Amino acid sequence: MLRKITDFLLGLGIPRLIIIAFLVILFIIAFATGLAIPPLIGDSLRRIGMAGLFGLAMIPTVRAGIGLNFGLPLGILTGLLGALISMQLDYKGFHGFFMAILFAIPISIVTGIGYAKLLSKVRGQEMMVGTYIGFSSVAFMNIWWLLLPFTHPEMIWAIGGSGLRSQLSLRNHTSQVLNDFLKFEIGGMVVPTGLLLFFAFFCVLMYFFFRTKVGLAIDATGQNENYAIASGVNTKRMRTISVVLSNMLAAIGIIAYAQSYGFLQLYSGPMLMAFPAVAAVLIGGASLTRATVTHVIVGTVLFQTLLTTSLPVTSQLIKGDVTEVARMIVSNGMIVYALTRRSGKGGK
Amino acid sequence: MRTKDIIQKNAVPIVFTAVCIFLVISSQMDLRFLAQEVITRLSRNSFLVLALIIPVIAGLGLNFAIVLGAMAGQTAVIFVTHWMTTLAGDNAFLAFLRWNAGLGGFLFSIMMATPIAMIAGWAVGQTLNRARGREMITAMILGFFANGIYILFYLILLGQVFPMTNPRMMLPDGVGLRNTIDLANFLNRPVPVIRSVGGSLNNIIQPRIDMIRIPVVPLLIVAALCFFIFFFLRTKIGQQIRATGQDMHIAEVAGIKVDRIRIIAVIMSTVLAAWGQLIFLQDIGTLNTYNSHEQVGMFAIAALLVGGANTRRATFSQAIIGVILFHTLFVVSPVAGQKLFGDSQIGEYFRLFVSYAVIALALALHAWKRKKE
Repeated sequence: MLRKITDFLLGLGIPRLIIIAFLVILFIIAFATGLAIPPLIGDSLRRIGMAGLFGLAMIPTVRAGIGLNFGLPLGILTGLLGALISMQLDYKGFHGFFMAILFAIPISIVTGIGYAKLLSKVRGQEMMVGTYIGFSSVAFMNIWWLLLPFTHPEMIWAIGGSGLRSQLSLRNHTSQVLNDFLKFEIGGMVVPTGLLLFFAFFCVLMYFFFRTKVGLAIDATGQNENYAIASGVNTKRMRTISVVLSNMLAAIGIIAYAQSYGFLQLYSGPMLMAFPAVAAVLIGGASLTRATVTHVIVGTVLFQTLLTTSLPVTSQLIKGDVTEVARMIVSNGMIVYALTRRSGKGGK
Repeated sequence: MRTKDIIQKNAVPIVFTAVCIFLVISSQMDLRFLAQEVITRLSRNSFLVLALIIPVIAGLGLNFAIVLGAMAGQTAVIFVTHWMTTLAGDNAFLAFLRWNAGLGGFLFSIMMATPIAMIAGWAVGQTLNRARGREMITAMILGFFANGIYILFYLILLGQVFPMTNPRMMLPDGVGLRNTIDLANFLNRPVPVIRSVGGSLNNIIQPRIDMIRIPVVPLLIVAALCFFIFFFLRTKIGQQIRATGQDMHIAEVAGIKVDRIRIIAVIMSTVLAAWGQLIFLQDIGTLNTYNSHEQVGMFAIAALLVGGANTRRATFSQAIIGVILFHTLFVVSPVAGQKLFGDSQIGEYFRLFVSYAVIALALALHAWKRKKE
């Protein structure tokens, strides 16, 4: 029995153990200092729902052998574009939310195909090239945010009459539509049911997708390409599908994220969004070659709870905002750890 | 045929020269002002760009982890400035720091930054040896990680866990450093104010040619580093670095301790980056505590690539040409954006886009070529 427990703990890997221990300590401190815990959990749930889809976006590319999709900002930008079009047309509430997704999907498919083409030419360096594709597309769109012909008065700068604002309030449009759907409160803990259901829906979808013929073919491509080709799989097509899927999830992810956050963040907003998502799935137990829905859920729950609770808890003890610092250290530390495992295997 | 070869090999710098000429013309900028800016930036940034060359030759690719070297340099400047502003009275150490308008402080910063950078470089080298084939992304993320530690120390722990009092440098509540720390010295006051390293190299000798100030000493140091790299690569250890970069397995068979050589290359790069950051800071005269180092890696790498280098080949002439082209672009693009689109912001975003895109392009082209081979 004891052996089993130690085996299980060792199987978790050192970084995961540290994070879990840290989380436990945070909750003990919160309890000891009399901090109200239910609101903390409610906030964490909201953050988990917001970040969840970005984590899911990592699964297809990892499974197809491309590695973690550091080019996530590309998909996020297409989602922002969809949301902007929906806002320009003044669609509100659920209508606005789903129209945003509807507008975003074709854009994300087209850019995804282009991105996949490029990645297929740089096999072995996909993560590095992806990172800079993400960065440069954010910088590229910076120019276009100033030039695109949006005219809705809530979207453009009040002075000058052109150019999109850096933060667009969604208050009159789609803000909180998912979060408020079937929302309820227990003892100070607000549960954003709609948001969590939305995330759960995509988890289930992803789970079943990898049991379809296409999903299995993607898996085969990632595990052993020659074998996949021999069994008649069009591996190039599978890789393209996986990148497009990832791009689409990022697009939908930012729309769900923005409705909960209440703002669309343009310009440098999406620049660094890939790293927390990558870190979350790695914390959940994924590696450069293996990622499952369970990894995403576990990782997102651990990581987002850690980030959400660290500020109120540590601010009881020390001055200063540690959230941003904790995010940087934990997420990048986790990514470095995963990158330095032999043959790209994760924490096992 | 031969001219075609030359053009093909130098496609990137040629395209950038054309873009720069176009932007300079459309910005209608005063050429003397432009020359001043470019010379200043050449003296300020070249050292950092040169710090990238050795890891490229050692086969490690573009060393995004020079950020750690920059942090080591900044750490030294922070402490030296702290001592120069808080130590009092007749103190031999303080007198040394103030010697020659802050030059003593600069030299002490070099002495202090070097061991820190060596330790950091050793750690980076160890990490990169465990991530073969993924060195660049690992180095980049390592830079982000180190930045987290840096901010944790200077913004949160300093003042509440590690005691330090210095109202000039710290935030009003006594915890954490300010966002910007003034490094400037004022020499032409009745009683010269010397409290940091600002301008300590530039001020040694700074003649004007046709109204353009030439920071002679930093430029000489850059030239010396070029010579050093040139000769270093022809020493025994330099040859081993090159052999490692060409083919790690053959080098290993030939009896070269590949892991050790790679670590040496990273340590050298990190130390040079620390010195480069010190030269950068003394020139610019203010320390952006939390931002100065952040973009060091990216801008240095973009400059090197604009000069025609790639992830496997880089020379000091490419570094210098790259700095000139990249910083010309940097200076003129906001003005050109203003003239062409009526919005300087567009020019600023354009140059940001260029820096990222040139890196993306270089990485993609290189991976593509290597796949073809």
